[in-house]
Amino acid sequence: MKLLKRLLPLIIFAVLVGFLFKGLWLNPREVPSPFIGKPAPAFSLPLVGDATRTFSPESMRGKVWLLNVWAPWCVSCRQEHDYLMDLAAQGVPIVGLNWKDKAREAASLLAQKGSPYLAVPDDLPGRVGIDYGVTGTPETFVIDKAGIIRMKHTGPLSPEIWAKKVQPLVQELSR
Amino acid sequence: MKAWIAMLALALLSGLNAAAWAGEAKPNAEDPAIEQRLVKLAEDLRCLVCQNESLAGSHAELAEDLRREIREQMKQGKSDTEVVQYLIDRYGDFVLYKPPFKPVTWLLWLGPLMFVGIGAGAWWVAVQRRRQRAETALPVEAGVDAAQMEEARRLLADVSGEKAR
Repeated sequence: MKLLKRLLPLIIFAVLVGFLFKGLWLNPREVPSPFIGKPAPAFSLPLVGDATRTFSPESMRGKVWLLNVWAPWCVSCRQEHDYLMDLAAQGVPIVGLNWKDKAREAASLLAQKGSPYLAVPDDLPGRVGIDYGVTGTPETFVIDKAGIIRMKHTGPLSPEIWAKKVQPLVQELSR
Repeated sequence: MKAWIAMLALALLSGLNAAAWAGEAKPNAEDPAIEQRLVKLAEDLRCLVCQNESLAGSHAELAEDLRREIREQMKQGKSDTEVVQYLIDRYGDFVLYKPPFKPVTWLLWLGPLMFVGIGAGAWWVAVQRRRQRAETALPVEAGVDAAQMEEARRLLADVSGEKAR
Protein backbone atom coordinates (compact mmCIF):
# COMPACT_ATOMS: atom_id res chain seq x y z
CA MET A 1 0.00 0.00 0.00
CA LYS A 2 2.79 2.34 0.95
CA LEU A 3 4.72 1.33 -2.15
CA LEU A 4 1.66 2.02 -4.28
CA LYS A 5 1.32 5.45 -2.71
CA ARG A 6 4.91 6.20 -3.47
CA LEU A 7 4.57 4.98 -7.04
CA LEU A 8 1.33 6.80 -7.70
CA PRO A 9 2.88 9.98 -9.14
CA LEU A 10 5.05 7.84 -11.39
CA ILE A 11 2.00 5.90 -12.55
CA ILE A 12 0.08 9.10 -13.30
CA PHE A 13 3.11 10.43 -15.14
CA ALA A 14 3.38 7.22 -17.16
CA VAL A 15 -0.31 7.41 -18.16
CA LEU A 16 0.15 11.04 -19.22
CA VAL A 17 3.24 10.16 -21.24
CA GLY A 18 1.27 7.33 -22.82
CA PHE A 19 -1.42 9.73 -24.01
CA LEU A 20 1.10 12.26 -25.26
CA PHE A 21 3.07 9.57 -27.06
CA LYS A 22 -0.08 8.32 -28.78
CA GLY A 23 -0.79 11.92 -29.73
CA LEU A 24 2.50 12.08 -31.60
CA TRP A 25 1.23 9.56 -34.13
CA LEU A 26 -2.27 10.89 -34.59
CA ASN A 27 -3.01 12.75 -37.78
CA PRO A 28 -4.76 16.05 -36.97
CA ARG A 29 -6.12 16.08 -40.54
CA GLU A 30 -7.95 12.86 -39.84
CA VAL A 31 -11.17 14.53 -38.77
CA PRO A 32 -14.00 12.04 -38.28
CA SER A 33 -16.37 12.48 -41.20
CA PRO A 34 -20.04 12.94 -40.39
CA PHE A 35 -20.83 11.15 -43.66
CA ILE A 36 -19.90 7.63 -42.60
CA GLY A 37 -23.04 5.53 -42.93
CA LYS A 38 -24.90 8.27 -44.78
CA PRO A 39 -25.81 8.45 -48.47
CA ALA A 40 -23.22 10.07 -50.70
CA PRO A 41 -24.50 13.56 -51.57
CA ALA A 42 -25.93 13.70 -55.07
CA PHE A 43 -24.39 15.91 -57.71
CA SER A 44 -24.12 16.23 -61.43
CA LEU A 45 -20.97 17.71 -62.91
CA PRO A 46 -19.50 17.97 -66.42
CA LEU A 47 -16.60 15.67 -67.21
CA VAL A 48 -13.05 16.84 -67.71
CA GLY A 49 -12.23 16.42 -71.38
CA ASP A 50 -15.85 16.23 -72.47
CA ALA A 51 -18.00 18.91 -70.90
CA THR A 52 -21.08 17.76 -72.82
CA ARG A 53 -21.30 14.65 -70.65
CA THR A 54 -21.95 14.68 -66.94
CA PHE A 55 -21.27 12.35 -64.04
CA SER A 56 -23.50 11.71 -61.09
CA PRO A 57 -22.93 9.21 -58.25
CA GLU A 58 -26.30 7.61 -59.10
CA SER A 59 -24.67 6.00 -62.12
CA MET A 60 -22.41 3.95 -59.83
CA ARG A 61 -25.26 2.17 -58.05
CA GLY A 62 -24.60 -1.52 -57.58
CA LYS A 63 -20.84 -1.07 -57.45
CA VAL A 64 -18.43 -0.59 -54.59
CA TRP A 65 -16.33 2.34 -55.76
CA LEU A 66 -13.87 4.97 -54.67
CA LEU A 67 -14.46 8.68 -54.99
CA ASN A 68 -11.00 10.20 -55.05
CA VAL A 69 -10.92 13.96 -54.57
CA TRP A 70 -7.80 15.30 -56.24
CA ALA A 71 -6.42 18.33 -58.03
CA PRO A 72 -3.63 18.88 -60.55
CA TRP A 73 -2.05 21.48 -58.23
CA CYS A 74 -1.89 19.06 -55.33
CA VAL A 75 1.55 17.56 -54.80
CA SER A 76 0.52 14.55 -52.73
CA CYS A 77 -2.09 13.70 -55.39
CA ARG A 78 0.73 13.31 -57.90
CA GLN A 79 2.49 11.11 -55.45
CA GLU A 80 -0.69 9.06 -55.11
CA HIS A 81 -1.33 8.93 -58.85
CA ASP A 82 1.01 6.01 -59.61
CA TYR A 83 -0.59 3.86 -56.97
CA LEU A 84 -4.08 4.73 -58.19
CA MET A 85 -2.95 3.52 -61.62
CA ASP A 86 -2.04 0.18 -60.02
CA LEU A 87 -5.42 -0.03 -58.29
CA ALA A 88 -7.25 0.80 -61.51
CA ALA A 89 -5.29 -1.94 -63.27
CA GLN A 90 -6.51 -4.34 -60.57
CA GLY A 91 -10.05 -3.39 -61.53
CA VAL A 92 -10.94 -1.07 -58.65
CA PRO A 93 -13.51 1.48 -59.91
CA ILE A 94 -12.22 4.97 -59.09
CA VAL A 95 -13.91 8.25 -59.90
CA GLY A 96 -11.69 11.30 -59.62
CA LEU A 97 -13.37 14.50 -58.55
CA ASN A 98 -11.22 17.27 -59.99
CA TRP A 99 -11.41 19.84 -57.20
CA LYS A 100 -10.93 23.56 -57.84
CA ASP A 101 -8.73 23.17 -60.88
CA LYS A 102 -8.56 26.85 -61.74
CA ALA A 103 -5.56 26.48 -64.02
CA ARG A 104 -7.50 23.87 -66.06
CA GLU A 105 -4.64 21.42 -66.09
CA ALA A 106 -6.45 18.17 -65.36
CA ALA A 107 -7.06 17.06 -68.95
CA SER A 108 -3.48 17.55 -70.10
CA LEU A 109 -2.06 16.04 -66.93
CA LEU A 110 -4.16 12.90 -67.26
CA ALA A 111 -3.39 12.63 -70.99
CA GLN A 112 0.29 12.80 -70.18
CA LYS A 113 0.46 10.54 -67.12
CA GLY A 114 -2.48 8.25 -67.78
CA SER A 115 -5.81 8.26 -66.00
CA PRO A 116 -6.77 5.82 -63.27
CA TYR A 117 -10.31 7.18 -63.30
CA LEU A 118 -13.53 5.87 -64.80
CA ALA A 119 -14.76 9.44 -64.91
CA VAL A 120 -13.38 12.80 -63.88
CA PRO A 121 -16.17 15.18 -62.85
CA ASP A 122 -15.03 18.77 -62.85
CA ASP A 123 -15.75 20.69 -59.63
CA LEU A 124 -14.30 24.07 -60.50
CA PRO A 125 -16.08 26.17 -57.82
CA GLY A 126 -15.49 23.49 -55.18
CA ARG A 127 -19.16 23.23 -54.18
CA VAL A 128 -19.37 19.47 -54.44
CA GLY A 129 -16.19 19.29 -52.40
CA ILE A 130 -17.90 21.31 -49.68
CA ASP A 131 -20.93 19.02 -49.87
CA TYR A 132 -18.62 16.09 -49.19
CA GLY A 133 -16.87 17.91 -46.36
CA VAL A 134 -13.57 17.98 -48.21
CA THR A 135 -10.88 19.94 -46.40
CA GLY A 136 -7.92 19.17 -48.62
CA THR A 137 -6.75 16.89 -51.34
CA PRO A 138 -6.35 14.01 -51.68
CA GLU A 139 -9.30 12.47 -49.91
CA THR A 140 -10.86 9.18 -50.81
CA PHE A 141 -14.37 7.98 -50.03
CA VAL A 142 -15.41 4.34 -50.16
CA ILE A 143 -19.00 4.15 -51.36
CA ASP A 144 -20.99 0.93 -51.27
CA LYS A 145 -23.48 -0.61 -53.69
CA ALA A 146 -26.40 1.30 -52.20
CA GLY A 147 -24.58 4.63 -52.48
CA ILE A 148 -23.71 4.87 -48.78
CA ILE A 149 -20.35 6.33 -47.76
CA ARG A 150 -18.52 3.72 -45.70
CA MET A 151 -15.11 5.25 -45.20
CA LYS A 152 -13.16 8.40 -45.75
CA HIS A 153 -9.42 8.40 -46.02
CA THR A 154 -7.57 11.70 -45.74
CA GLY A 155 -4.21 11.85 -47.47
CA PRO A 156 -2.70 9.84 -50.29
CA LEU A 157 -3.45 6.14 -50.63
CA SER A 158 -0.46 3.85 -50.42
CA PRO A 159 -0.06 0.07 -50.68
CA GLU A 160 0.14 -0.14 -46.87
CA ILE A 161 -2.98 1.90 -46.26
CA TRP A 162 -4.83 0.05 -48.97
CA ALA A 163 -3.91 -3.37 -47.58
CA LYS A 164 -4.57 -2.47 -43.97
CA LYS A 165 -7.50 -0.09 -44.05
CA VAL A 166 -9.32 0.09 -47.35
CA GLN A 167 -9.10 -3.26 -49.07
CA PRO A 168 -10.65 -5.33 -46.25
CA LEU A 169 -13.68 -3.04 -46.27
CA VAL A 170 -13.97 -3.02 -50.06
CA GLN A 171 -13.82 -6.82 -50.10
CA GLU A 172 -16.44 -7.11 -47.42
CA LEU A 173 -18.76 -4.67 -49.15
CA SER A 174 -18.29 -6.37 -52.52
CA ARG A 175 -19.54 -9.69 -51.20
CA MET B 1 11.06 35.75 -11.79
CA LYS B 2 11.20 39.04 -13.67
CA ALA B 3 12.12 37.22 -16.84
CA TRP B 4 9.07 35.03 -16.39
CA ILE B 5 6.77 37.97 -16.02
CA ALA B 6 8.24 39.59 -19.09
CA MET B 7 7.76 36.41 -21.08
CA LEU B 8 4.20 36.03 -19.89
CA ALA B 9 3.42 39.61 -20.80
CA LEU B 10 4.95 39.08 -24.24
CA ALA B 11 2.88 35.94 -24.75
CA LEU B 12 -0.29 37.75 -23.75
CA LEU B 13 0.50 40.68 -26.00
CA SER B 14 1.17 38.48 -29.01
CA GLY B 15 -2.11 36.71 -28.28
CA LEU B 16 -3.91 40.04 -28.36
CA ASN B 17 -2.11 40.89 -31.55
CA ALA B 18 -3.23 37.67 -33.20
CA ALA B 19 -6.82 38.38 -32.19
CA ALA B 20 -6.58 41.85 -33.68
CA TRP B 21 -5.23 40.44 -36.90
CA ALA B 22 -7.91 37.78 -37.03
CA GLY B 23 -10.54 40.48 -37.24
CA GLU B 24 -9.04 42.03 -40.32
CA ALA B 25 -9.10 39.37 -42.98
CA LYS B 26 -12.43 40.11 -44.57
CA PRO B 27 -12.66 41.80 -47.91
CA ASN B 28 -15.84 42.07 -49.94
CA ALA B 29 -18.43 44.03 -48.04
CA GLU B 30 -21.37 44.61 -50.34
CA ASP B 31 -23.90 44.22 -47.60
CA PRO B 32 -22.51 45.45 -44.27
CA ALA B 33 -25.26 43.82 -42.19
CA ILE B 34 -24.63 40.37 -43.66
CA GLU B 35 -20.90 40.91 -43.47
CA GLN B 36 -21.21 41.70 -39.79
CA ARG B 37 -23.28 38.59 -39.16
CA LEU B 38 -20.79 36.54 -41.16
CA VAL B 39 -17.82 37.78 -39.17
CA LYS B 40 -19.55 37.19 -35.87
CA LEU B 41 -20.55 33.68 -36.85
CA ALA B 42 -17.25 32.79 -38.49
CA GLU B 43 -15.25 33.76 -35.44
CA ASP B 44 -16.66 30.74 -33.60
CA LEU B 45 -16.04 28.41 -36.52
CA ARG B 46 -12.85 26.57 -37.26
CA CYS B 47 -11.00 26.87 -40.53
CA LEU B 48 -10.71 23.22 -41.57
CA VAL B 49 -7.40 23.77 -43.33
CA CYS B 50 -5.43 25.70 -40.72
CA GLN B 51 -7.39 24.19 -37.81
CA ASN B 52 -6.13 26.66 -35.23
CA GLU B 53 -7.45 29.66 -37.08
CA SER B 54 -11.03 30.78 -37.15
CA LEU B 55 -13.02 30.79 -40.35
CA ALA B 56 -13.21 34.55 -40.05
CA GLY B 57 -9.47 35.06 -39.85
CA SER B 58 -8.19 32.47 -42.28
CA HIS B 59 -6.79 33.23 -45.71
CA ALA B 60 -7.00 29.60 -46.80
CA GLU B 61 -8.88 29.09 -50.03
CA LEU B 62 -11.37 26.71 -48.48
CA ALA B 63 -12.12 29.29 -45.79
CA GLU B 64 -12.81 31.85 -48.48
CA ASP B 65 -15.11 29.41 -50.25
CA LEU B 66 -16.93 28.67 -47.03
CA ARG B 67 -17.34 32.35 -46.23
CA ARG B 68 -18.77 32.81 -49.72
CA GLU B 69 -21.14 29.92 -49.12
CA ILE B 70 -22.24 31.32 -45.75
CA ARG B 71 -22.67 34.77 -47.26
CA GLU B 72 -24.90 33.40 -50.00
CA GLN B 73 -26.99 31.40 -47.59
CA MET B 74 -27.48 34.46 -45.43
CA LYS B 75 -28.58 36.40 -48.47
CA GLN B 76 -31.14 33.68 -49.07
CA GLY B 77 -32.46 34.47 -45.62
CA LYS B 78 -31.15 31.49 -43.69
CA SER B 79 -30.73 31.91 -39.96
CA ASP B 80 -27.41 31.59 -38.15
CA THR B 81 -28.41 28.22 -36.69
CA GLU B 82 -29.33 26.93 -40.15
CA VAL B 83 -25.99 28.02 -41.54
CA VAL B 84 -24.08 26.43 -38.66
CA GLN B 85 -26.09 23.22 -39.09
CA TYR B 86 -25.17 23.23 -42.78
CA LEU B 87 -21.50 23.25 -41.82
CA ILE B 88 -21.90 20.65 -39.07
CA ASP B 89 -23.64 18.33 -41.54
CA ARG B 90 -20.56 18.48 -43.74
CA TYR B 91 -17.62 18.86 -41.41
CA GLY B 92 -18.91 17.55 -38.11
CA ASP B 93 -18.74 19.18 -34.69
CA PHE B 94 -15.07 19.84 -35.39
CA VAL B 95 -15.99 23.10 -37.13
CA LEU B 96 -17.29 24.46 -33.86
CA TYR B 97 -14.76 25.96 -31.49
CA LYS B 98 -17.23 25.35 -28.70
CA PRO B 99 -18.22 21.69 -28.85
CA PRO B 100 -21.86 20.89 -28.00
CA PHE B 101 -22.74 19.21 -24.71
CA LYS B 102 -23.69 15.63 -25.55
CA PRO B 103 -22.78 12.12 -24.35
CA VAL B 104 -19.47 11.93 -26.28
CA THR B 105 -18.36 15.28 -24.94
CA TRP B 106 -19.46 14.79 -21.33
CA LEU B 107 -15.94 13.88 -20.30
CA LEU B 108 -14.60 16.92 -22.12
CA TRP B 109 -16.96 19.31 -20.42
CA LEU B 110 -17.14 17.69 -16.99
CA GLY B 111 -13.56 16.43 -16.86
CA PRO B 112 -12.12 19.59 -15.28
CA LEU B 113 -14.89 19.58 -12.68
CA MET B 114 -14.13 15.93 -12.02
CA PHE B 115 -10.48 16.73 -11.38
CA VAL B 116 -11.42 19.54 -9.01
CA GLY B 117 -13.64 17.02 -7.20
CA ILE B 118 -10.83 14.48 -6.97
CA GLY B 119 -8.48 17.16 -5.69
CA ALA B 120 -10.97 18.35 -3.06
CA GLY B 121 -11.54 14.76 -1.96
CA ALA B 122 -7.82 14.09 -1.65
CA TRP B 123 -7.34 17.29 0.30
CA TRP B 124 -10.15 16.43 2.70
CA VAL B 125 -8.80 12.93 3.30
CA ALA B 126 -5.33 14.33 3.92
CA VAL B 127 -6.65 16.85 6.42
CA GLN B 128 -8.64 14.18 8.24
CA ARG B 129 -5.63 11.90 8.44
CA ARG B 130 -3.34 14.62 9.70
CA ARG B 131 -5.81 15.55 12.40
CA GLN B 132 -6.13 11.94 13.50
CA ARG B 133 -2.38 11.49 13.57
CA ALA B 134 -1.90 14.63 15.63
CA GLU B 135 -4.42 13.39 18.17
CA THR B 136 -3.20 9.83 18.61
CA ALA B 137 -0.42 8.17 16.71
CA LEU B 138 2.59 10.45 16.99
CA PRO B 139 3.68 10.24 20.64
CA VAL B 140 3.35 6.46 20.79
CA GLU B 141 5.36 6.02 17.63
CA ALA B 142 8.10 8.21 18.90
CA GLY B 143 8.29 6.24 22.14
CA VAL B 144 7.93 9.10 24.63
CA ASP B 145 6.92 8.76 28.26
CA ALA B 146 4.03 10.47 30.05
CA ALA B 147 6.07 13.43 31.31
CA GLN B 148 7.39 14.23 27.86
CA MET B 149 3.86 13.93 26.53
CA GLU B 150 2.64 16.52 29.00
CA GLU B 151 5.46 18.84 28.07
CA ALA B 152 4.67 18.44 24.39
CA ARG B 153 0.97 19.15 24.94
CA ARG B 154 1.81 22.30 26.85
CA LEU B 155 4.12 23.49 24.11
CA LEU B 156 1.62 22.71 21.40
CA ALA B 157 -1.11 24.54 23.26
CA ASP B 158 1.22 27.53 23.52
CA VAL B 159 1.91 27.50 19.82
CA SER B 160 -1.72 27.17 18.75
CA GLY B 161 -2.66 29.82 21.32
CA GLU B 162 -0.13 32.16 19.79
CA LYS B 163 -1.56 31.49 16.36
CA ALA B 164 -5.06 32.19 17.53
CA ARG B 165 -3.98 35.56 18.78
